[in-house]
Amino acid sequence: MIPSRRPLLFGTLFLALLSAVSLKPVMAQENPYFVAYDHYLEEPGNLEIEYFSTFGTERGGNDFHSFWTEFEYGATGWWTAEFYLEGQTTFRDSTIFTGFRWENRFRPLKREHFINPVFYVEYENKNGADKIMKEGEGHDVESDFLVSNAEARRERIHEIELKLILSSTFKGWNFTENTLAAKNLSNSPWEFGYALGVSRPLALKASAKRCTVCPQNFVAGAEMYGGLGDRHSFGLHDTSHYLAPVLAWNIPSGWTLRISPGFGLNDNSHRFLLRWGVSREIGGFGSMVSRLFRGLK
Amino acid sequence: MRARAAALTLCIFFLAASIALAQSRENSKPPAGVAPKYDPAVYEELQKAPEKARKRPNPLQNDPDAVAAGAILFEQHCAECHGDSAEGTRKAPSLRAGEVQTATPGALFWLLTNGVVRKKMPVWSKLPEPQRWQLVRYIKSLGGPSPAAESPAPKF
Repeated sequence: MIPSRRPLLFGTLFLALLSAVSLKPVMAQENPYFVAYDHYLEEPGNLEIEYFSTFGTERGGNDFHSFWTEFEYGATGWWTAEFYLEGQTTFRDSTIFTGFRWENRFRPLKREHFINPVFYVEYENKNGADKIMKEGEGHDVESDFLVSNAEARRERIHEIELKLILSSTFKGWNFTENTLAAKNLSNSPWEFGYALGVSRPLALKASAKRCTVCPQNFVAGAEMYGGLGDRHSFGLHDTSHYLAPVLAWNIPSGWTLRISPGFGLNDNSHRFLLRWGVSREIGGFGSMVSRLFRGLK
Repeated sequence: MRARAAALTLCIFFLAASIALAQSRENSKPPAGVAPKYDPAVYEELQKAPEKARKRPNPLQNDPDAVAAGAILFEQHCAECHGDSAEGTRKAPSLRAGEVQTATPGALFWLLTNGVVRKKMPVWSKLPEPQRWQLVRYIKSLGGPSPAAESPAPKF
């Protein structure tokens, strides 16, 4: 790892953990997806601190472990903002900080409908060694990851990413479809991608007794995602695609654990991705901050 | 070296802020038995429930476990804003108010499902339908308008 970045990266992870354990949690009802988004935004004033990892295999190169921390805040009932810090370790190479993302999701409709749209706008400031694979886009393929970290990190990427999220919930099942368009602000064409997800709690009725390991606290499903080429060559050729079962465990103490083994669906995809994550939702964070600053006046 | 010092400073700041925030939260709770006052207009949203939704009966009306399950769900998802005993807080109104208690189960279910996203009430359709009906059973079980006269949500 580049020495000057190490304290920043591990300091951030430490801060996230510290904040997560020291503030009052509320039970989250999180979906199990890693890539797909549904239409549910963060509750207003709540802060969710999340840590995610992806282990990926690499044919002809070194396997990798990428990781990122998210701070997700419910600014209003119709707007959720999220800040990411990300890094990766490529085995037999190095560990590096790869950049940050600033994401916003907006819910335009006041009520629930059969299909619920959400608009997603994200700015990414990262380097070419980014491996978190938070989305499938353009002609991203496995061989892109063969480049060494030292070389890949020289490339700076400033990217705008737009998504249209269409999500429905019917009889406990959530179905979501995300369409993505991303533009590297340097001289690159628009790139496209998709993500699909389906999930359902293992039990629809809540138990009348307090329980941690009961079916209603587990949400299982699957997601599929991949690239759709770019403006000059739209389609499935030279793109990668993945199918991944997903499972989330919403623990009443406020923690959520997620795991997902993912499988590449064509020769351009990594054969196997193992993702996992842990998150904690902190209720009333916004009002705590405002009270704190009122108190300091 | 400079980055290391910055990271350390940031760590100390967050530690101090976390503690201060937790403290400020404890100190800012309203006195016990004092329910915040609300403009009755906050309950107007219930009147917007369509006729069809308002008339929906609670399918768990006769489920003997529904109130107990609803109480746990309330504590997990609603108490943060509405208060431990649904008496209301600065963030959200009392659910013991007459406007809520006289609303039909269907209207309450409709409001839970749709939320009032412009007024910070989240959409709760992410809870499966049976759980929303369990919550409605619990809310309706709270009865009278005075929080002081009622016992807090049962612990199981």
